[in-house]
Amino acid sequence: MQSVTETKNEFVPTIVAFCCNWCSYAGADLAGSSRLSYPANVKIIRVPCSCRVNPMFVLKAFQQGADGVILCGCHPGDCHYVTGNYYTRRRMSLLFGFLNYLGIEKDRTRVEWVSAAEGAKFSAVMNDFAKRINELGENKRLKDLRVKENGHE
Amino acid sequence: MNKTEEQIVKRAAELLDNKEVDKVIGWKKGEFCFDPSPAAFTSSDELKDFVYNDFCGANLSKYLVNECKSGGKIAVFLKPCDTYSFNELVKEHRVNKEKVKVIGVECHGKLDIEKIKSKGIAAVTGAEESGGKVAVTSLYGNAELDKNEVLLDKCLTCKGKKFAVADEIIVLNEMEETKNDRFSGVEALEKMSEEERFAFWKAELSKCIRCNACRNVCPACTCNKCVFDNNASGVATKAPADTFEEQMFHIIRAFHVAGRCTDCGECSRVCPQHIPLHLLNRKFIKDINRLYGEFQAGETDEGKNPLIEYRESDAEPSSAVNGEVRHA
Amino acid sequence: MLKFKIDKLNELFDTISAETPLAMPLEKAGEADYGRYEKGAKPALGVLKTVKSPKDLFFPQSETLMKFKTEGKNLAVEAPDENVTPFVLFGVKACDYKAFEVLDRVFLADPVDTYYQSKRNAATIVTLACSKPEESCFCKVFGIDAAAPLGDVTTWMDETYLYWQANTNKGESLTEKVRALAEEGGEDAVAKQQKATREIIDKLPFSHLDLSYFKENGTKEIFDRPEWKELSEACLACGTCTFVCPTCQCFDIREFRSAKNEVIRYRCWDSCMYSDFTQMAGGNNRTTQMQRYRQRFMHKLVYYPENNGGLFSCVGCGRCVNKCPQKLNIVKVAKALGGKKHD
Repeated sequence: MQSVTETKNEFVPTIVAFCCNWCSYAGADLAGSSRLSYPANVKIIRVPCSCRVNPMFVLKAFQQGADGVILCGCHPGDCHYVTGNYYTRRRMSLLFGFLNYLGIEKDRTRVEWVSAAEGAKFSAVMNDFAKRINELGENKRLKDLRVKENGHE
Repeated sequence: MNKTEEQIVKRAAELLDNKEVDKVIGWKKGEFCFDPSPAAFTSSDELKDFVYNDFCGANLSKYLVNECKSGGKIAVFLKPCDTYSFNELVKEHRVNKEKVKVIGVECHGKLDIEKIKSKGIAAVTGAEESGGKVAVTSLYGNAELDKNEVLLDKCLTCKGKKFAVADEIIVLNEMEETKNDRFSGVEALEKMSEEERFAFWKAELSKCIRCNACRNVCPACTCNKCVFDNNASGVATKAPADTFEEQMFHIIRAFHVAGRCTDCGECSRVCPQHIPLHLLNRKFIKDINRLYGEFQAGETDEGKNPLIEYRESDAEPSSAVNGEVRHA
Repeated sequence: MLKFKIDKLNELFDTISAETPLAMPLEKAGEADYGRYEKGAKPALGVLKTVKSPKDLFFPQSETLMKFKTEGKNLAVEAPDENVTPFVLFGVKACDYKAFEVLDRVFLADPVDTYYQSKRNAATIVTLACSKPEESCFCKVFGIDAAAPLGDVTTWMDETYLYWQANTNKGESLTEKVRALAEEGGEDAVAKQQKATREIIDKLPFSHLDLSYFKENGTKEIFDRPEWKELSEACLACGTCTFVCPTCQCFDIREFRSAKNEVIRYRCWDSCMYSDFTQMAGGNNRTTQMQRYRQRFMHKLVYYPENNGGLFSCVGCGRCVNKCPQKLNIVKVAKALGGKKHD
């Protein structure tokens, strides 16, 4: 898969990926050590568990210029803390539905379950998400204009 | 003085005189009939200023959070919809049930003075409801309005006549059965395109002046220090410096009360800019009902709210957001 | 005196705004607030009270004071341009105009607040007389005549005409720009409207509010009144009253840092109703809502007049009367404290 960063003089989205320490972050590690590429504009933020992600984190990311936010955690049932990601699932279902209700494009947000053994999946998910965000273009609806003024334009 | 008010004052006086309670929380007369304020009464002499009329829309349950911190027993008058807020506060250990005597009072829908004025009637000096009509007197002349046109928004989606909790009730005239299609507003928005929805909310939310009235009146907003007041949080703001901050404030606030919001409608009642804030909360309520089963916050004072619960079979976010999935 | 046909008003606004920015009450999502007029905007001149007062134009709710940017070891400081383009502020009511005097005494006193001053000087103010005051109005108490507001230009409006009277040189030069659209006359219609308005104002329930108590008694006496506790009991500690008030002038200074390491220092309205209003390194000297509530009214009715030759910092616009979620307001305070003498 072609990386979106390779095309020059074009819009390069900023993507924030919250990855749980136990599964998805390890999955990203495995992707790296397996020489599987994922776009360089995906900024990974490691969190102890996907349920550590407060809705505020998602909004802050958008405020400061993210064009897409993706949350990755252990598969339901495999949470290191037993039940954390079940709560994540409910919260993010509601939050992302709510953002869409406010008119934010629903593809700008995503939840994926990626285990420590799924390096290939991690790479595929990130490439796919980056491709979609690239199609959507710059996030203009959920962003602080003060950042945009001095942002990447 | 109407019969119900008479009965309420009589009961309040008894409770205070017999020392059954130390304080009564109710409403106090204002300068007109349409501007009563919530108030606490500690002796039966003070009750001469007590009022219970068609403009007592304020939900008194949140005052109990502070009142319960001092000693003594408190009696509070709650309308049917207010009792849900009370239950929710008890459930969250914000109000000590043992200290409070809940007296349910009858309600036939409360009136909105701003709606009356928006009918072009200025310098209102009085308003009286009877038989579905509201007779308004003003310095520019009198008018008769249809009651349904000047009800508070929250009363248009009345929860009904059931008291979720009450130690005793004062109901002299039977309350009406009500129809409640409270999700129609949310559905209308859901049917719009993303662009239209964004335009709608941008126009509404950019009116916000961050007065915090919605938050401070909300019976579900009882944090000792709100994240938006906490300078260490990094998101504390006092005024909108950018429209993003309105989105942020209202998204976080709606999310924080999701699953706990009883849909009492106080947020929309108090908004000086008339932002339809209830449409934010109702989206969460609607989605929770759809995905995790019907839930009414404040129906009981125990049990778990949907956001601190889960099932292994819960919908995946990807399909939940698309609105495809329904609770089995 | 000049007069403009009502159906020519949009032409009038288009003419003014073609040359200079024009701010006036506009309808937005169902509410009226002051905003920049552009072709196709919906003027809301019939609205008696905008939600926010026009103080927003001189003292915006949020205003950038300066910006800092770091690049390597260099720190660049950027001050905002203080050369404000002259603009016209249209439709200001008598009470809101009087409020500018209250604000001027704060912001234009030494040391001058240049951010305020530059915008204040850039404005040509066109006032609009009230013709249908409502029960929450009490400007008469402060000696304001709602039927004859001041300003660079005074206007009156009825069903057929907008009447126009220039009062100052600034007003005259604005008049020259729009004279082509106008006709002469209108004195009689204005006099008639003024008479009717004044009659109604005389009958308004708060028009004869007695504030002498606040002038005749010492600060400490008023400060210590036991009624404050009861008066403030239902206060939610929201900032509605302060943010809709045309004379409230408190602000906070904050900073916003973007991910690109740029810092924006801005000021924004603050409210004495908020718990952290008096938060300092050493603690907070107002710890209860009663103290905060008392502060607001003491400032309006006692502290400000003491420092400004008896001028109250309330103009009787009645916005707080309408907008307080729990219907607490300055009239109730004045009546509760001033109605009976403390013994």
